[in-house]
Amino acid sequence: MGKILNIVETAYRGTLEEQDDTVLWLTHMLKNAGADISVLLRANAVNYACKGQDASGLAFGDAKMIHPPEIDKDVSKIIEKGVSVYLVEEDARERGLADDDLIAGLRRIKRQGIPQLIDEHDQVWHW
Amino acid sequence: MADKTITVAIMDAPYESANSTTALRIVQSALAKGHNVNVFAYEGAVNLTMKGQAPHPNPVKGTSAEQEAHPTTKDWVAALFKLAKDKGVKLDWVNCGLCVDERGAGDWVEGPRRGGPKDFLDASNASQTTLVIPTK
Repeated sequence: MGKILNIVETAYRGTLEEQDDTVLWLTHMLKNAGADISVLLRANAVNYACKGQDASGLAFGDAKMIHPPEIDKDVSKIIEKGVSVYLVEEDARERGLADDDLIAGLRRIKRQGIPQLIDEHDQVWHW
Repeated sequence: MADKTITVAIMDAPYESANSTTALRIVQSALAKGHNVNVFAYEGAVNLTMKGQAPHPNPVKGTSAEQEAHPTTKDWVAALFKLAKDKGVKLDWVNCGLCVDERGAGDWVEGPRRGGPKDFLDASNASQTTLVIPTK
């Protein structure tokens, strides 16, 4: 089984679905199934690593979402599972995210390090 | 029997983007060349195979549904299964079950099966290559 790199670039797409971010969820499931898998957060998806996100309160009429997406916690859980989560430093900085804003356990890389990261994996799935 | 297998992951709902057309073209080309193909339909792509899809007349052109004879995506998927059979290769189309449930999209044409992420991983591991065609 080869090493897989999931590159997540599009942020907050589909988060109304029960899985929250569907690619992070898929990553979690694939890890549970035995995959050797890593994640790279780039572009707007670096905001997934911003701690303290709160998407609660969504309701239409009396239909309330009682389990809102908690993307930062989802990323932390993936890291706890043993998945290496990489984040592009420049993308975070350009969006005003300081180190203190980000969850623990991330592996920060520079843009120029992306080719090397890709080279370290057998499959690259760019979502 | 084919000695090569490719896996394709797709996510787009029917008709929303050219991604679906591209994916089906790739699947068709691989089958036509005698390769096995695994498809993992995730998110809105589970709607591609819904049996209830029906063509409609086009009032702008003044044509009836019969005159238009416009294929829906379920027709194309069914045709791909027929192509695989004719070529003696395997098309394994897995619809993500949880995505199906959230969309009420469980009534399919003959061919696809219900599955989950582990099926995608297993298919990828058994393939020469895997192509992800995401929704952006």
